[in-house]
Amino acid sequence: MMKNCEYQQIDLEALSTPAPTPSPQPVTDNGKEEEKTAKKQRRKWEVFQGKNRFCCDGRIIMARQSGVLPLTLGLILLTSVLFFIFDCPFLVQHLTVCIPVIGGALFVFVVITLVQTSFSDPGILPRATPDEAADVEKQIDDAGNTTYRPPPRTREVLINQQAVKLKYCFTCKMFRPPRTSHCSLCDNCVERFDHHCPWVGNCVGKRNYRFFYTFIVSLSFLTAFIFGCVTTHLALRAQDGKGLVFALQESPGRYPFSQRLSSNSLNQHFIIIYIYILVICFFSVWSILGLSGFHTYLVASNLTTNEDIKGSWTGKSGAEAATNPYSHRNIFVNCCSVLCGPMPPSLIDRRGFLSAEEEAAAAAAPQATSREVELPVLASKKDINVGSKCVSEESPARPASRPRAPPTPPPADRRRGGGGERAGHNSAVNSDPARDRRPAGRGALRHTPAAAAAGDAHTHTHHNAKAQHKRTHRGARSALDGPGGTRAASPGVGRSSKDRRNAGSPPPLP
Amino acid sequence: MAETHSLQDLGQQAAVAAKVFIQRDYTNGTVCQFQTKFPSELETRIDKTQFEETVRTLNNLYAEAEKLGGQSYLEGCLACLTAYTVFLCMETHYEKVLKKIAKYIQEQNDKIYAPRGLLLTDPIERGLRVIEVTLFEDRSLGR
Repeated sequence: MMKNCEYQQIDLEALSTPAPTPSPQPVTDNGKEEEKTAKKQRRKWEVFQGKNRFCCDGRIIMARQSGVLPLTLGLILLTSVLFFIFDCPFLVQHLTVCIPVIGGALFVFVVITLVQTSFSDPGILPRATPDEAADVEKQIDDAGNTTYRPPPRTREVLINQQAVKLKYCFTCKMFRPPRTSHCSLCDNCVERFDHHCPWVGNCVGKRNYRFFYTFIVSLSFLTAFIFGCVTTHLALRAQDGKGLVFALQESPGRYPFSQRLSSNSLNQHFIIIYIYILVICFFSVWSILGLSGFHTYLVASNLTTNEDIKGSWTGKSGAEAATNPYSHRNIFVNCCSVLCGPMPPSLIDRRGFLSAEEEAAAAAAPQATSREVELPVLASKKDINVGSKCVSEESPARPASRPRAPPTPPPADRRRGGGGERAGHNSAVNSDPARDRRPAGRGALRHTPAAAAAGDAHTHTHHNAKAQHKRTHRGARSALDGPGGTRAASPGVGRSSKDRRNAGSPPPLP
Repeated sequence: MAETHSLQDLGQQAAVAAKVFIQRDYTNGTVCQFQTKFPSELETRIDKTQFEETVRTLNNLYAEAEKLGGQSYLEGCLACLTAYTVFLCMETHYEKVLKKIAKYIQEQNDKIYAPRGLLLTDPIERGLRVIEVTLFEDRSLGR
């Protein structure tokens, strides 16, 4: 091979066009390989190792457990539609036509941002390639001492004069960048990990935080608006008659829909609908407004829910008082950088085509030797999302005694706004690397209840965060004003599902 | 012919001797920056200043992509007003700079690294974690 100095003339057209016909492998017969690759040209999402679900040929990404997203969507749609049908006609006649216009705009905003939050890549970091992983392992071993103790799997960096520990992720085989956390439900490392939200059925991270924030703010406006309108409607009706009950029961002969609805039984339905809307909106306003307020505080101080709960920068965790090195120390700049910053691209390139060696690596993945050490006993599942095996080592082994909350009770829980009794589950937000080294056998057996319990714990952590916000608000605010670094750019959230990378770049070399 | 040989071609002819990974530099926070420290494995292959120049230019390009300034704020505010639907139709500033970076790396590979038996992999292919430098077996040394 070394003597072969004859270069083949490069076919520039073959280079510039993307797959489905990538450059042939030198190993096997060229024609046969081309035929093979042309037949089973796959996209990267098909071999994605996290626990995610993909739709529309990789354009849409969700967590595997969609959580209560259908419930969220259903509640929003139902309440809004009932509002438009039963309240708007009256209010348009009595007040102004702006009411359904404003309501409609808010409703559209809410649904669009919810869909974007749920279906976009939160900032997933692709796992390290085998070569990278080996290189990191070598560095760790070189740095380790000669005793029998395994070398520490942390790295310390100085960020804006603040010492930050980077932890090694056993699943993704890399040192996690700062503010990155591994979500055990999705089995991915997510950049600027905020939390895993079961209500939207996805993680909230660097790329979709702004969608999430816009969603909860517009939802609080929408629920407050609907609540106000329905209250106004009933008040106006009550003025015409002898009180509210009479107003509800009177036959609304002047209004549309009413000529047919004059019997008492249908008026009973009206009462139920108004009560439903009022109750939903009343509880939603309190909980969602609280959540919006909490996240507004986080945005203004450039914190994530994860950091706030763990008290990384307030000294709650026992470490000496630390300041947030990512904050720009200016509320306005913090808000702008988090919400209006540049949109980072999706790093997982889910619609890109696999190159030949990536196909080979994916085919070899179920038998990867590096995983055998940590997962000695596990039936391999024929699953597109290969990472299902790996979740066992990451999911915290919670006692299975905590029952999984079925979809219907959460609204009740949520209305209570999370309680102090859930404070014990703060660590549920991401997996603790100390747990990574547990024997996987135990984790494997507990896979389903652990994941369910983790999901439950995540839910409670999410809502506990709101309750905690009031307690930690003052304590954490001092961290914002304290001395610290100057600026640390926090790239905003973004989304890109285009075949950009696929379009012009030739496949990487073996 | 020597100028036009590509690295895909090189890959077919030469074997990979080693891979060097340039890690991220987090001293300025979560901005995408790479360490400019010159790895020892490349000492025999390429000039230190040349290599550092490449990494520095890449760092500048990434800083430009993530810059918080008037343009990014304008883009962000416009996007917010349209419920972020503009991202479906428009190419963001970041993506434009990524294209620039891809072109720059291609250019560097063709002009500087390929003749020395090296190949830079675009960091975006590695999740912006590392710059992967592939060392091919050096034919000139008869190895």
